[in-house]
Amino acid sequence: MKILTGNDLASGDVIWWAGDGWSRQVSDAADVGTHGDELARAEEAALRVVGAYVIDATLDEDGVRPAHIKDRIRAFGPTVRPDLVEQPTEADIGKWVI
Amino acid sequence: MYRYDSYDQAIVDARVEEFRDQTQRRLSGALTEDQFKPLRLMNGLYLQLHAYMLRVAIPYGTLSAKQMRKLGEIAGKYDKGYGHFTTRQNLQYNWIKLADAPDILAELATVEMHAIQTSGNCIRNISSDQYAGVSADEVADPRPWAELLRQWSSFHPEFTYLPRKFKIAVIASDDDRAAMRLHDIGLKLVEPDGVVGAEVYAGGGMGRTPMVAPLIRDFVAEDEIISYLEACLRVYNRYGRRDNKYKARIKILVHEIGVEEYRRQVEEEFAHMRELGLNPPTQELARIRTFFAAPAYESGLSDEIDRSNPAFALWVDRQVAAHKVPGYAIVNISLKPIDGIPGDASAEQIALAADLAEAYSFDELRVTHAQNLVLPHVKKADLYTIWQKLVAAGLAEANLDLITDIIACPGLDYCALANARSIPLAQKIAARFADAERQADLGELKLKISGCINACGHHHAGHIGILGVDRKGVENFQLLLGGSGAEDASLGQITGPGFSEDGVVDAIEKVTDIYLAERENGERFLDTYRRIGMKPFKEAIYG
Repeated sequence: MKILTGNDLASGDVIWWAGDGWSRQVSDAADVGTHGDELARAEEAALRVVGAYVIDATLDEDGVRPAHIKDRIRAFGPTVRPDLVEQPTEADIGKWVI
Repeated sequence: MYRYDSYDQAIVDARVEEFRDQTQRRLSGALTEDQFKPLRLMNGLYLQLHAYMLRVAIPYGTLSAKQMRKLGEIAGKYDKGYGHFTTRQNLQYNWIKLADAPDILAELATVEMHAIQTSGNCIRNISSDQYAGVSADEVADPRPWAELLRQWSSFHPEFTYLPRKFKIAVIASDDDRAAMRLHDIGLKLVEPDGVVGAEVYAGGGMGRTPMVAPLIRDFVAEDEIISYLEACLRVYNRYGRRDNKYKARIKILVHEIGVEEYRRQVEEEFAHMRELGLNPPTQELARIRTFFAAPAYESGLSDEIDRSNPAFALWVDRQVAAHKVPGYAIVNISLKPIDGIPGDASAEQIALAADLAEAYSFDELRVTHAQNLVLPHVKKADLYTIWQKLVAAGLAEANLDLITDIIACPGLDYCALANARSIPLAQKIAARFADAERQADLGELKLKISGCINACGHHHAGHIGILGVDRKGVENFQLLLGGSGAEDASLGQITGPGFSEDGVVDAIEKVTDIYLAERENGERFLDTYRRIGMKPFKEAIYG
């Protein structure tokens, strides 16, 4: 699947396109199919996101998983500061990062 | 320490208000990201993996207690309670909100700080020796020169859009603690025949094409240093490779046209510059020098230190360096606890360092390119009290220049450019070599880790260097041996195929075992490597 990510313009937080808006949880990410670039342009123009880009991801029984380690770290937070990670929706979210 | 005059303050205050307006226009949509990005970068504001990152300039790594305290306050108020000291002697905040950035810059301006020229293709923050002004072997305090260069380079209209970023270091000792020859230009103050001037090195740097800077001129009189640097920059600005970002640094120009030709062109330009009379008036350097006058040291102090506490004695032996004034010492504060993150300090630790500087070090601190802190003027009689406070704050690791005093860039945990994580690897290596006796036995061993080819972690200059790469989406680590950023500058050589994270820790252990087996007559790791070469290490690693 293809998912869309970027940073919230004002806060800089990592955000994921959830189909009807942006979420801070990668588990909410929606498949954007071939519309990612178009969505990114529209959302950037609407000042809701900065640096938006489309990435590959997988969807299985564990949820949405970005394909590349860089995006998994973006989804999780710094692997060396688990105390700073936003409360994950999945208790074992850190296990699939690396 | 240098204090802003009314011009300095007005410039910085005006810049804050300009950026406040630019930020508001970005948030309102009046500016696109393409328009705003170069403006925010000129104010040190990057967009990294998780958030905006603000890089604050610490000129030549020197700070007052008040400035340090402000850095801690900002970490607590606007960030997540910590900051990261970098290999450029700067501080980075990792979790900045765009709307807060102008307020942070305004707070920094109240203590004569800013984030200007911490990004972009300009002359960056000037770096220097953390022992400046207190080292017995320096020919002069390099800080007035560094400050003069700061003023010369700030908003220099000709050098605001160079082919690429430009880094300058100034030292004044034979011992190079600033990696001077790995800068675009390195100045070493010298005093042949009782006259102070500078040796000028040009074309050094790390990154994807590392080079040790060659000597361009063996003496430039002190009142002509600015003109000579103008000449160096002009030749670079004219001929630097703007067509290719990866070949745009001055090191490529010097390498491609050759040292002789670069020198010839600089001399030609210098002769022209001399006719223009562009050197700053000598009274300006004299004015700046007054800010760096020695503090009011007490005389007649004892050099005795009570070493009855073994842990304290170990810390003194490792972290305390000789001061030029009897009865005083230089204290190195390690930001490398075994289970910590190299260069990170909490808001509380930053505040404590400020308090210690105020109470015990004539109000002054330094930041080192090895990501540690220094209290430059401490009475030996105060060492034990300071150590106790550092112990309580988790800042009393005794590992200066040992294998666990690891330089590590933020790596893939924070940095958008990185290919691999540096910090977890640093932590694994530190844990493997945590035993104090083992570290001491290995002696001076500078280990440096970069998470990508840009080399913010100075891996080329490590006695042992590690470069993180991306191998089909998996972290992989190349091992380098034999680098040095010191006065014996050299570039590390890659051992061979890369390793997994655990594999590279094992490889380092094999490398240190070879060193212990082969060393002679008190050799450091680097000395042994240089004597016996790569082969025995390679055989041990790869079999």
